[in-house]
Amino acid sequence: MFVLVSYDVKTEDGDGRRRLRRIAKACQDYGQRVQYSVFECIVDPAQWTKLRARLLREMNSEEDSLRFYFLGSNWQRRVEHVGAKPALDLEGPLVI
Amino acid sequence: MKHYLNTLYVTTQGAYLAKDGECVLVRVEGEDRLRLPIHGLGGIVCFGQVSCSPFLLGHCAENGVGVSFLTERGRFLARVQGPVSGNVLLRREQYRRADDPAASAAAARCLLTGKIANCRAVLLRTARDHEDKVNAGALRGAAERLADCGRRLDPGLPLDVLRGIEGEAGNAYFEVFDHLLTNQKEEFRFSVRSRRPPLDRINCLLSFLYALLAHDVRSALESVGLDPAVGFLHRDRPGRPGLALDLMEEFRPVLADRLALSLVNLGQVQARGFRVEENGAVRMDDDTRKAVLVAYQKRKQEEMRHPFLDEKAPLGLMPYLQALLFARWLRGDLDGYPPFLWR
Repeated sequence: MFVLVSYDVKTEDGDGRRRLRRIAKACQDYGQRVQYSVFECIVDPAQWTKLRARLLREMNSEEDSLRFYFLGSNWQRRVEHVGAKPALDLEGPLVI
Repeated sequence: MKHYLNTLYVTTQGAYLAKDGECVLVRVEGEDRLRLPIHGLGGIVCFGQVSCSPFLLGHCAENGVGVSFLTERGRFLARVQGPVSGNVLLRREQYRRADDPAASAAAARCLLTGKIANCRAVLLRTARDHEDKVNAGALRGAAERLADCGRRLDPGLPLDVLRGIEGEAGNAYFEVFDHLLTNQKEEFRFSVRSRRPPLDRINCLLSFLYALLAHDVRSALESVGLDPAVGFLHRDRPGRPGLALDLMEEFRPVLADRLALSLVNLGQVQARGFRVEENGAVRMDDDTRKAVLVAYQKRKQEEMRHPFLDEKAPLGLMPYLQALLFARWLRGDLDGYPPFLWR
């Protein structure tokens, strides 16, 4: 399934910057960074549970916010990209 | 059911693959070109001068991602595989049956049935679709000869006789292979199968596709716990993946031959994308190789209904499903191995 993860982390202090780094890292392990704080993750339910738990562990619910959008397995028709930095289709042919 | 996982092909010379968290990081000339989470990958195939960090190889091994190294031209060099998975009892049974002439002849017979039927389907399909453009009579004649070979595959025949029939079927098929081309006929004329090195363009395409297919079939066998080296139709020889070659037989016509033909017929590869070397060997240039890889990946994503399991799956998953059925036959859950039949 396809999950869009976006976050907003308060980075006023060092602790916040640390959380930001760690949340970004967790997202990167499971997905592709499409914008600064937006990740597209193609995961199965088990992987999603892991990622979600890891994100919730890292965040501070007083100050940060996380949003998850579930686009299902038929997501190709639900995403449109305009402009620079087109995302890579992780399920398409990968040849470099 | 198992999910169809993507394969990463690295053809850029001098690329470096490293582990970054849970990701595979592809670096070219010090610049990060690609970052892929390892969960979505089923395999990595490196062409020519591509290096991998030891940590990445270890990480791939842990996650069951096979890494193959090929020369720039697609000849197989080495493969890195993690701890052998699966069941010892299954592998022992595989060795036992491979040692037993009657049992291995029975397996070989099933495999050949699949191969011959699929070759025949390829010929008949072209004869039907391009009645006006090709010598449909010759194709139908060859298909008839193949059907005859198929009918002669009686149970109880010894392996040598089966191999004889295979040779005959192969001849009948490749004799009319040239007629399957509807476009660029002059440039891609096929006369005889040649390899190591391939001596014409179409053989060059075929050899390359067979190498890709071998990587996939081998991974499929390993993921169900079978030993790809111990074959039934292909006997043991050091360094030769006998069972992978066996299982490939039924997929060659569908996943490789037809793809090569449509690449040529649809003009997706051009004659000028190939180069002849001093020794007569024909090589693809980099762009052609990439085009072939992309086409191969796309082909694997096409869905079709599995004839035996009656379930829809991407073509790329079919070798895995066949490996699973093969294991079931070895375990005794199935009376015979049902070959992959393409319609």
